[in-house]
Amino acid sequence: MQFGIFSVSDITRDPVSGDTPSEAERIRAAVRIAVKAEEVGLDVFAIGEHHNPPFFSSSPTTLLAAIAAQTQRIVLSTSTTLITTNDPVRIAEEYAMLQHLAEGRVDLMLGRGNTAPVYPWFGKDIREGLPLALENYNLLHRLWTEDVVDWEGRYRTALQGFTSIPRPLDDVPPFVWHGSIRTPEIAEQAAYYGDGFFANNIFWPKQHFQRLVQFYRQRFAHYGHGTPEQAVVGLGGQAYIAKTSQQAKAEFRPYFDAAPVYGNGPSMEEYLAQTPLSVGSPQEIIDKTLSFRETFGDYQRQLFLMDHAGLPLGTVLDQLELLGSEVIPVLRREMAARRAPGVAEAPTHASLVHAKYGNVEPRQPRPNPNRGDNVTGTSPYQDTEGGAGVQYPAL
Amino acid sequence: MSDTAQTSDRVRVVAISAGMSDSSSTRMLVDRLLAALHTQAKESGRELSAQVVELRPLAAELAQTVTSGLVGPRVQDALDTLAGADAVIAATPVYRAGVSGLFKMFFDVIEGDVLLAMPVALLATAGTPRHALVVDDQMRALFAYFRALSAPTSLFAGGPDWGSASLSTRTERVAAELLALAESRVRPRILGTAGAHYRHTFDGAADAAGTPGSLDLGSDLMRLATGGSLDPE
Repeated sequence: MQFGIFSVSDITRDPVSGDTPSEAERIRAAVRIAVKAEEVGLDVFAIGEHHNPPFFSSSPTTLLAAIAAQTQRIVLSTSTTLITTNDPVRIAEEYAMLQHLAEGRVDLMLGRGNTAPVYPWFGKDIREGLPLALENYNLLHRLWTEDVVDWEGRYRTALQGFTSIPRPLDDVPPFVWHGSIRTPEIAEQAAYYGDGFFANNIFWPKQHFQRLVQFYRQRFAHYGHGTPEQAVVGLGGQAYIAKTSQQAKAEFRPYFDAAPVYGNGPSMEEYLAQTPLSVGSPQEIIDKTLSFRETFGDYQRQLFLMDHAGLPLGTVLDQLELLGSEVIPVLRREMAARRAPGVAEAPTHASLVHAKYGNVEPRQPRPNPNRGDNVTGTSPYQDTEGGAGVQYPAL
Repeated sequence: MSDTAQTSDRVRVVAISAGMSDSSSTRMLVDRLLAALHTQAKESGRELSAQVVELRPLAAELAQTVTSGLVGPRVQDALDTLAGADAVIAATPVYRAGVSGLFKMFFDVIEGDVLLAMPVALLATAGTPRHALVVDDQMRALFAYFRALSAPTSLFAGGPDWGSASLSTRTERVAAELLALAESRVRPRILGTAGAHYRHTFDGAADAAGTPGSLDLGSDLMRLATGGSLDPE
């Protein structure tokens, strides 16, 4: 099972010191946090995507590439990549590029986004958000699995004889997680392709997520990818850890009280009782996280939100230290001990390569020479199969 | 399944009352309607159970639900109660030419499909008869949005109505209409035959209560989800 952190990339005033970090400071801090996450033994670092202040992460692949250059082991992911307002062709290209540079330590989580104006800013219609997401992913999937794509849809310019470059590393696309709070079509799409499903899980009632996850597991099995228990599930959570419960609550309370995400309404105690938020001693975080498994079944990836609400960098790094030393090792042991036999591990590039090729050398696409017109045609690579029926654009 | 079979003859009425005092004229109107329902159910040999959800004690938690998205335990209880209804009484006072804020706040946080094909009696009280059309102008439209089946007669009591025998007559009529809608089992029939055609999300308390049935896996969106395409426009 993988444990990691995810960030929404908010730049928030520290309610205790009164300081608001600059964009420059917060971006540098994000890299420090990711490097620290690897140092303390976490498996995953994921960053969100936003296109308005007070957030910084408009270009996740750039950030993740910089982190990839400074780390060796941690898997880099997103939380989420906007499958609605991004051109799926650009997603295919950018994340394949990142995957090469990170030597396979890349996957991504797709989401529709919850900032309404982003749709018109990028020329999209929010009322079409769901079909847009579904159609875009169908195209993204083809761009990553087929060398040459002829495609026509409702929301994007048609493609004829298009090859997305570079081809995914070892011709194995980054693993895709589909994030959704309440949309069965997204769960169905994840199940159809045998992709992962991520339930942000930050707001309960948990019954909603529970039924969505259950539906995804059933449909995953229906499409022949394995048993319902072998479906690939990820969950979010939030934690603030200190040596004692009292200390954790005293330290986190000013951040909780000031954070707009908590609505300035219910008390921290109410949130702790009713949502996955954990604020307490390492043992309290462990107990609460173990309860997720009872709700959703054995799962593959647990991400914690640790760097939001204006918590200063020093505190976040201390939190990661505690998470890595006192919480995660116990969770690994306890989750493993409770795990039913036959449950899948979280897919990694290595496991996906092995699943595709066994012990055979992975495919390494080598392009054919340029014909002089910059159009590669039906056989862009020396080993491209067939090449049927491409309609060339008129030149 | 045996539970369902046993309780299928019993009509479960849930009243949502947004009255502001204890007891309020809104609650009085609800109680009169419940009394009429009990009498008529008894006459037709029908078992009837009634629960009244008073919104006033939920006011603070409802406000937090609206601002934070976090559904508190008492609001959740009320939502669960509503989801278990065969027929609903929706009752609000009118202060300023509209349903009360508390009443609207509750219906702002219910699940979108929980009132699908639900028989609903519309009730309002006011200090003046000039608010009489709030029931038909606003409440009927609100419950049309929820795709509920509102009883044809609305029950409004504004000042002088409390001294008029016609209030009793109308109460009897609303009771008869609501009971007829519930007894005809029109809701389970609609959900049973057409339930899958309503697009619903997994936030549905109606789903949790066993309705409106399974998802339509053959919808355009579901086909798109599984690698299909939309007709280009």
